[in-house]
Amino acid sequence: MAAVLAWMKGSTLLRHLVLLVLGVVLVIVLTDQLQEYQFIHLGILGAYICAAAGLTVLVGLNGQISLGHAALMAIGAYTVALIQNHFTDQNVTGLWVLPICLLAGAFVTAVAGAVIGVAAARLRGPYLAGATLTLGVALPPITSHFTSLFNGDQGLSASIQSPPTSLGYNFSFQHWQAWIGLFCALVVLFFLANLNRSAVGRHMRAVRDDEIAAALCGLSVPRIQITTFAVSSATAGLGGGVLAVMLGARPGAFDLVLSLTLLLAVVIGGLGSLTGAVIGSVIVVYLATFITDRVSGLGLSASSTQNLTNNLPSAVFGLLLIIVMLALPGGAQGLLRRLLALIPRRTTQPTGGQK
Amino acid sequence: MTITNKGRLGATCALAVTAALVLSACSSSGGGGAAVNTPGVTADSILLGTTQPLTGPAAPGYSKISAAMNAYFKFANESGGVNGRKITLKVEDDGYNPATTVTKTNDLVLKDNVFAMVGALGTPTHTAVLDFLKQNKVPDLFVSSGSRSWNQASKYPDTFGWQPDYTVEGKVLGDYIKKTFAGKTVCSFGQGDDFGTDGAQGVELTLGAGSLKTKQTYTPTNQNVGPQIGALKAAGCQVVTLFTVPGFTALALGTAAQLKYGPQWVISNVGSDITTLTGFLKDATTPLLEGVVTDSYIPIPSDTSNSWITLFQMVNTKYNNNVPFDGNVEYGMAMAYTTLQVLQAAGKNLTRQSLLAAVEKGGLTGPGLVPFRFSSTDHSGYAGTQVVIVKGGVATPTGSIYTTDDGSGALTEYSTPQPQAPTNGLPQ
Repeated sequence: MAAVLAWMKGSTLLRHLVLLVLGVVLVIVLTDQLQEYQFIHLGILGAYICAAAGLTVLVGLNGQISLGHAALMAIGAYTVALIQNHFTDQNVTGLWVLPICLLAGAFVTAVAGAVIGVAAARLRGPYLAGATLTLGVALPPITSHFTSLFNGDQGLSASIQSPPTSLGYNFSFQHWQAWIGLFCALVVLFFLANLNRSAVGRHMRAVRDDEIAAALCGLSVPRIQITTFAVSSATAGLGGGVLAVMLGARPGAFDLVLSLTLLLAVVIGGLGSLTGAVIGSVIVVYLATFITDRVSGLGLSASSTQNLTNNLPSAVFGLLLIIVMLALPGGAQGLLRRLLALIPRRTTQPTGGQK
Repeated sequence: MTITNKGRLGATCALAVTAALVLSACSSSGGGGAAVNTPGVTADSILLGTTQPLTGPAAPGYSKISAAMNAYFKFANESGGVNGRKITLKVEDDGYNPATTVTKTNDLVLKDNVFAMVGALGTPTHTAVLDFLKQNKVPDLFVSSGSRSWNQASKYPDTFGWQPDYTVEGKVLGDYIKKTFAGKTVCSFGQGDDFGTDGAQGVELTLGAGSLKTKQTYTPTNQNVGPQIGALKAAGCQVVTLFTVPGFTALALGTAAQLKYGPQWVISNVGSDITTLTGFLKDATTPLLEGVVTDSYIPIPSDTSNSWITLFQMVNTKYNNNVPFDGNVEYGMAMAYTTLQVLQAAGKNLTRQSLLAAVEKGGLTGPGLVPFRFSSTDHSGYAGTQVVIVKGGVATPTGSIYTTDDGSGALTEYSTPQPQAPTNGLPQ
């Protein structure tokens, strides 16, 4: 047993694989306890985690910024919806269809992200923020100019197949959607966690910390920046694809608010931390619902309830962001680490010895 | 910001996901609690659900509809409700954003366990949830939109329209254009989804295929209609049909006035409510609407000699905070009345099947000028409509009331007089 643990400690890939399997088991066990209506929200959470994890790598590990991640998600969503519906029209069915569509969504978005990354690698700070913001604002409305392909504001529903019958008669479509979303999120986390520990991850951080020093070490700064942008886009594309599975590919879902929400999730969670991206996504997906549920429970008049449910979540998010920036620069993940450090534990290092 | 202690990274990730799942599991305990056999129905209550644009581009005007429905249900509840059951309508705001409609409808059906959806508003929004409602076998009554999508009895057996579909409206308006504006260049401006498409198609069914010189469209999220109105002007359009929500009717009329372009406007019922348009156009309303042609399938709201209007105005005063009585308030109350009718007809032993059977049985009369077409094969709503002309800021019905189908069928005059409103305001 000890040998196995030691071996796991030595191999990052293996350790992450074990965690991936644990995550999958956890999702299967826990979703079994939930009520039907929660599945779609879990699926959406999965989509947010995919995109936020990629964004935190871009912003926190590579020092670039994107205010247009929702547009990248839209690319993934429309790719998935178009390919999936094409398969359905051709009567091509099978368990492999959806993974292929999702992979295609991630791939197409990665290509788009690489192209944008070329421009991004030449821009710094506010100019990069401005450029990606423009992308985020300009891209989704394109769907209403090519109505015959994208179906305007109505958007496209992705005709996802029912869950395989082997999962049982009572296994609902919503349950299946939640699985798709959360499994995609786990795969993204697994992939990014490994990338983070690899040479590429170290290069990303080197470029973030000091571009000139990184260049002097023989690293190609633009190449690393473009690669990071493409990787981040791929996960955003996958997140968009997952969102297409839940909500359909609809321009209204990929507005500027989503881009800013993702950035909010990443900052609140702790920049550069995958755990933080997960925590941040949970907060942005569930806090609004939590607040609106509490407001409805207050028994106020219909118009006051309406005003509060429309405006209170934004106000709370804004306040939360200010508090996090002032008090917890490391975000929720930083706080978690500080709390964990308070717990006294047996140290594995030799104690009290003389060197 | 350097990341240390990677070993715990994955573990904390897993922990966070667990926390999320547990958190949402805990928050669920409040929901549910409905009767075991029929969701949303108990011995003394019925829970209905609807999604409405209380905010967003379609909110002006339309946000009054659900309040009016609720007011009418409150009025009915005070008289004992339907078959001893009081009705509650849970309204969810989707901001006219189809993606939001999906999550809100999910929660209404799976969390709140509504018995049926009633009057969910919007073509692009409701199209997004048709499959979900079908899957969950939720009666989907009286969608507040005239898209023909609701009339697919074999594909969506649980979904029913209510208002005349846009094709029927387009045919009746097209017939008026043919008779009154013969020889003029006709064009269309419509919402870039089934709403605009179905309407323009209806107009072409009476005027002939290809008779619309140009078809311009807008998307509800883009308020700049300058290019489209400019294109209509450049094409020399003398008559323009509008299949637009009220906000975009106002934008079209206002933008055209700025461009010194004054065609004959022919506007779908859903985008022509004068009170709603006054909210946008203020003092310019009366001059801009002068001579506008539109249509109505329920009495016009200013007709106080009509027994239905008097009834609805009474309910509006007592139960709806006496908000300005307009076409939206009337629409909501008329739809609530139809809902009460079918709930009544479904009987004491209310199930989803008995409700659907009651709608499909047909024979409903009420505030409409024309009958409903409901049958086991036809799920579209009112069968026709009547042309209305606006003069001096006042709408006046004109000519015959016509019924027709959404295909190439001819227009038929409908002369059966409208039934009087019941004195107690409740279906017998």
